[in-house]
Amino acid sequence: MKTNRFWSWIALAFGILYFVVPLIGTLEFSLRMRRGVYSLDAYWVILSDPRFQATFGYSIVMALVTIVVGIVLVVPTAYWVRLRLPSWRPFLEFITLLPLVIPAIVVVFGYIRLYNTSSFLPLTGSAMGTNILLVFGYTMLALPYMYRAVDTGLGAIDIRTMTEAAESLGASRIKIMWSVILPNVLVAVLSGAFLTFAIVIGEFTMAALLNRPAFGPFLQLIGANRAYEPAALAVISFAITWVCMGLIQVVTRLNKSLAATKR
Amino acid sequence: MRQRASHGAFPILARVEYYFIKRFQILMSAVTGQDISPPAPAMAPVPITSERKRLSLDWLGVMPFIIFAVLFLIWPTIYLIAGAFQDSQGNLTLTNIVNLFQPSIMDAYWISIKISLASAILGAAIGFCIAAAVTLGGLPAWIRSPLMTFSGVASNFAGVPLAFAFLATLGRTGLVTTFLYNVFGFNLYGHGFNLLSFWGLTITYLYFQIPLMILIITPALDGLKKEWKEAALILGATGPQYWRMVAFPILWPALLGTMLLLFANSFGAIATAYALTGSSLSIVPIVLFAQIRGDVLQDPHLGYALAFGMIVITGVSNGIYIWMRARSERWLK
Repeated sequence: MKTNRFWSWIALAFGILYFVVPLIGTLEFSLRMRRGVYSLDAYWVILSDPRFQATFGYSIVMALVTIVVGIVLVVPTAYWVRLRLPSWRPFLEFITLLPLVIPAIVVVFGYIRLYNTSSFLPLTGSAMGTNILLVFGYTMLALPYMYRAVDTGLGAIDIRTMTEAAESLGASRIKIMWSVILPNVLVAVLSGAFLTFAIVIGEFTMAALLNRPAFGPFLQLIGANRAYEPAALAVISFAITWVCMGLIQVVTRLNKSLAATKR
Repeated sequence: MRQRASHGAFPILARVEYYFIKRFQILMSAVTGQDISPPAPAMAPVPITSERKRLSLDWLGVMPFIIFAVLFLIWPTIYLIAGAFQDSQGNLTLTNIVNLFQPSIMDAYWISIKISLASAILGAAIGFCIAAAVTLGGLPAWIRSPLMTFSGVASNFAGVPLAFAFLATLGRTGLVTTFLYNVFGFNLYGHGFNLLSFWGLTITYLYFQIPLMILIITPALDGLKKEWKEAALILGATGPQYWRMVAFPILWPALLGTMLLLFANSFGAIATAYALTGSSLSIVPIVLFAQIRGDVLQDPHLGYALAFGMIVITGVSNGIYIWMRARSERWLK
């Protein structure tokens, strides 16, 4: 048993080393811009770069729009399937998990061919159209996460009773959605939203191939041309991923303690 | 009639999506630090009331979603697959598929497969060791939760920033490279290492492969019952014998299945490779990227065939993963 534990520590130590060293390496590298001393110069250069501000802002807007589209698309569908079409659930869930099987680059290739200027839906013909296409692409990428999060949230509440109660009080369908169902699955929706945000903010393939000025292609451009700034950007990106994951934990814990006090 | 048809068609799909959901739940529970597997269905199956027996328009409620999925997921994919089997006049042909077997494209597939295979096998092996250390190796229990949370984050930390992190660590002036040189006088690059190569890319991919393996295999390791080991030891088996004759035969479908999942995972990845190597390492996604940007193959339909090849490879490996998963579920509940 002693040797067993020894090897366990070795395995864990190797894992920690492998995962922590690149983070330290990146952090250290990002501070090395000024010769001889550690400084935050690389961060200042990046943060004051107008292209950073523009692309980062663009990607934040895209992420927020994607989250809204995702919610509008997924919440009513998941609700409706659970309420009225339970036999469709496996089918819908299968569809929502397809984006994990088909590589994003293949899907976006299909978009470019299918929605070009000579097609029935010439989305890539204008900047706005391409933005819309990109939002739909991101919604598709985030679909597995969003759908599962919302569907699990809906499973935890009694939507049938809630719907019947609201209906007998004379609420319309939209009213039920907005003021009964949505508040009750808010935590699940927020979890899905943060994951969506983490996915969209640095996404490269779709944005690059659709030629949109997003953060991902900007990252790649900086990486190809600069020395220290990419490391600073990697640190920032890693921090964003952690914040998103941290927020998911916070909202789930908050909800748990709320539920506990209610009882 | 419609309902009968849907019941008949869905059991297969139900199985397929069930295993995906398992995989996804593991990811989510690792991220949120809690089990999100859906509670037992609160309501009994919907009784088919007389109202539902009448021709209902319930299905209209999911139409927006179905239309979205068809327009932005299914049709684009089918369009490419169909394009792979057509010539420029739209006639049915296998020429594009045959043309895939030219040396430059085969090389791209081959190096892609090699990198994905190497990162999948190494990721699975290392991830398995770490997961086994934490679940079975007698480490303090508190290590587990932070490890799972970290794995959730790290398995999502792919893309361009990951390439930057490894350039800053193992690049020519990276932390580890300079450390090895200054402290041990060992010149990493002088000994033939290059981050922008097969091994460099594999090491980089391991950064999201290992955590994914940990996330997926930990529940399987939890499923190994203590009684099995005790029974084996009482019957006189040694530790290695227990592993070889009891634990491994139970685990191997899960292991192999997860390995295929890791394979598909790195096969479709492009952003990291593109940021790391530019276009100097022609793996399939990078060739496809260049093809989409500028028709480098000078044959759009060959591009479709290239994409079709990717779908086949990721599809088949995901398919076998699901099948393997089904086998392993028999023991690991």
